[in-house]
Amino acid sequence: MAEDVPARSTVTTQEQAIEEEQKEREMERSFRAAPTLNKSPLHGLWALTNRDLVKWYKNPIQLIISLVQPVVWLGLFGLAFNIGKIFTSLPGVTPAEASVLNLGTFGTSSYFSYLAAGMLAFIILFTAAFSGMSVVWDRRFGFMNKALSTPVGRGAIVVAKISQSTVRSLIQAAIVLVIAVVLGSVGGVQMDTSYFSVLTIGGSFVLLFLMSFGLSSLFVMLALRSSDWQTQMAIINLLNLPLLFASNAMLPVAMMPSWLQSVVKYNPVSYAVDGVRQMLLGSGSASAAAAGYHVLAPLWVDFSVLAGFAAVLSALGIVLSWRLLSN
Amino acid sequence: MSQRPLVRVEGLSKNFGALKAVDGVSFEIKEGEVFGFLGPNGAGKTTTISMLTTLLKPSGGQAEIAGLDIHRHPNEVRRVVGVVPQEYTADEDLTGLQNIVLCADLYGIPRSNSKPHAMELLKLVELQDAANRKVSTYSGGMRRRLELASGLINYPKLLFLDEPTLGLDVQTRTAVWSYIKMLKEEYKMTLFLTTHYLEEADSLCDRIAIVDHGRIVKIGSPDELKASIGGDVLVVGVAEAEPDISEDIKKIPLVREVKKNGHEYRIKSEAGEESSIKVIDLIRSKGLHVTKISLTKPTLDEAYLEFTGRSIREEESNKMDAFKQRVTMMRARR
Repeated sequence: MAEDVPARSTVTTQEQAIEEEQKEREMERSFRAAPTLNKSPLHGLWALTNRDLVKWYKNPIQLIISLVQPVVWLGLFGLAFNIGKIFTSLPGVTPAEASVLNLGTFGTSSYFSYLAAGMLAFIILFTAAFSGMSVVWDRRFGFMNKALSTPVGRGAIVVAKISQSTVRSLIQAAIVLVIAVVLGSVGGVQMDTSYFSVLTIGGSFVLLFLMSFGLSSLFVMLALRSSDWQTQMAIINLLNLPLLFASNAMLPVAMMPSWLQSVVKYNPVSYAVDGVRQMLLGSGSASAAAAGYHVLAPLWVDFSVLAGFAAVLSALGIVLSWRLLSN
Repeated sequence: MSQRPLVRVEGLSKNFGALKAVDGVSFEIKEGEVFGFLGPNGAGKTTTISMLTTLLKPSGGQAEIAGLDIHRHPNEVRRVVGVVPQEYTADEDLTGLQNIVLCADLYGIPRSNSKPHAMELLKLVELQDAANRKVSTYSGGMRRRLELASGLINYPKLLFLDEPTLGLDVQTRTAVWSYIKMLKEEYKMTLFLTTHYLEEADSLCDRIAIVDHGRIVKIGSPDELKASIGGDVLVVGVAEAEPDISEDIKKIPLVREVKKNGHEYRIKSEAGEESSIKVIDLIRSKGLHVTKISLTKPTLDEAYLEFTGRSIREEESNKMDAFKQRVTMMRARR
């Protein structure tokens, strides 16, 4: 028995030594020399953008719900209350004359096609409007403080919020466009696809991108200081409906009272919708002009206005982020 | 190890309007030290952390971490410190691993390094099995451990822990304590923690600053703080009420104060055990009889109450803080 004791203690020391060595090795692994850091002001931008996008596509219900509204509008106003039908139901108007009236009023063959272009802007506007909400949530749940305690650029935090909303809104707009084409053929009012091409569709989405980037910047900016979602909801409601209805998205400008017409000219949404109609539906064509349709502005003006809008608002958002995100 | 302190704070203050949340605090933290801020609710503990982690701009004073001025080099400071905030900041919709890797991305740590390092850290806090589960399925204790792991992702020289065991059950609290001790003992990490749990400060910290109303009222090691309220209390019962031998007891070395109350002597001593023997010898040498004896060591509780007073604090809180607090408590209790 007495002989056992030293033997056992040797075993223990050996075991301890092994254990200690293992611990040391683990320590070295865990706390190996810190790596070279990416110190560019935009590092972390993709990580932050991707975080929001992952949350979005992992939750398809959110996507489906956001699509319901534009689809209902298309079905209800584009198909059921098709105001273009007024022309065909007028007594003594031949179908040929009716199509000229349609072309002159809407710049395309039907109100449904006209509205579909408006709905692309609609889904962008509504998605962008809610971009600020995720800033509010991040503030509320502490993630914003976590991000602010890292060296990630304050501008990157803002640009990530704008980018994720832009990407989402463009994907949703693409889905709305497909739905419009399908719905038109099912509902009996064909969406006019005769002007569709890679160039016109691509051009339209560049325009929608600019609109989305600008509007998202606006709404993110308004949310930078806010931690209160009631206020944020109120801001969204305050801006959303005027931006939508004081534009050419739903109704031809020519039908509006003159004071509203002048408001429409200052609404960036109008320029996006106008440009999209000119490219996708050919509303800027000579035949539409001959039938009496007036575009809001030449296509290059549409692009310039929206490029300026996006540049100014996103720059403003980044500058404000330096001041407003930290306390 | 350098002799230069890792943290040097001088006259740091923060005003919110007329309220002086932090009112000119000064202290130093040496490398490898666990430094605690102990104080009641609303004493300015979190505000101090927010300033040192560059989330809040100080209204006055200076602070340096690893030789970097928090005002002039905020980004460099952010790179060398880790933060485990009071609330749970992890994204519920992402997994534990994704959360830590995201955090690493924000520090600019390349993925080739951050992914294996994140797994190691998850292992350290025993979350490796839950690494690929969404955080929304985590319990309060798991969330707290995840916060701890993600606070370590950037190889910090100094880790801030704001109320690390707030709202946790006893088991999880003990586990968090053991992680903190491990960080100190095995990794020689410098830690700054705030707490209003006395036993937490007592068992974890090398030095404690007792803060109240935005000021440091006392600073020292737990033992020093206990000693500063007058040492051990020795109560000796004597069969004979007369004669009064208080003056003789006072002459015993290390005895500071003697009060006689009927048959009892209440003696304050710097070293209770040694004094008690001498007191008994003295009583017997006078031909008197000891009937009972008790020795009480001071606790940090007493020191704390001595320095901060006994009034209960009405914490001023705004709507957002109240909400965050509720969310934190709600998640902790899952």
